[in-house]
Amino acid sequence: MTGKTLTRMDLSEAVFREVGLSRNESAQLVEAVLAHLSDALAGGDSVKISSFGTFNVREKAARVGRNPKTGQEVPIHPRRVLTFRPSHLMKERVAQGNRSET
Amino acid sequence: MIRSELIQKIADENPHLYQRDVEKIVNTIFEEIIEAMARGDRVELRGFGAFSVKKRDARIGRNPRTGEAVEVEQKHVPFFKTGKLLRDRLNTEDD
Repeated sequence: MTGKTLTRMDLSEAVFREVGLSRNESAQLVEAVLAHLSDALAGGDSVKISSFGTFNVREKAARVGRNPKTGQEVPIHPRRVLTFRPSHLMKERVAQGNRSET
Repeated sequence: MIRSELIQKIADENPHLYQRDVEKIVNTIFEEIIEAMARGDRVELRGFGAFSVKKRDARIGRNPRTGEAVEVEQKHVPFFKTGKLLRDRLNTEDD
């Protein structure tokens, strides 16, 4: 495991390398892809990318929570959360790739 | 939204690009994320979220049908944590 953290920069570098657009345009396209994913999800849509995974928006009901430090009860309002379900292929490749790690 | 719809949106916004290049761009992004996680790396996309790899310890599982105990090996699984901006947007916008 190299333990690195990749960012938008690494994704746009990959687009630059693979597609041969300018670095600037590659970065803009990565941004556009993330913006479209976010817009769909923010609008309550799910996003299903075959062989990658599925992002689902789930509605959580209101409940009474508790501040773990003070023990005080606090109402938690109904809210929407995002869940990601990796595809079989992603799970398999991640499991395989990290197999020899401790 | 599915992959082909995403590709179409990007293609519509970029009429100067060939459709096959748009496909390659979108596919490269997702492929790069999978490859990073297969190496054990994290991918942090501010405002959207972060993909990381979590280790699941070896455990004794059970065949639910027969009740037989089976050893389940240690494994690594993909994990996604929603970014703050997107989490906030989910709760402020109408659908």
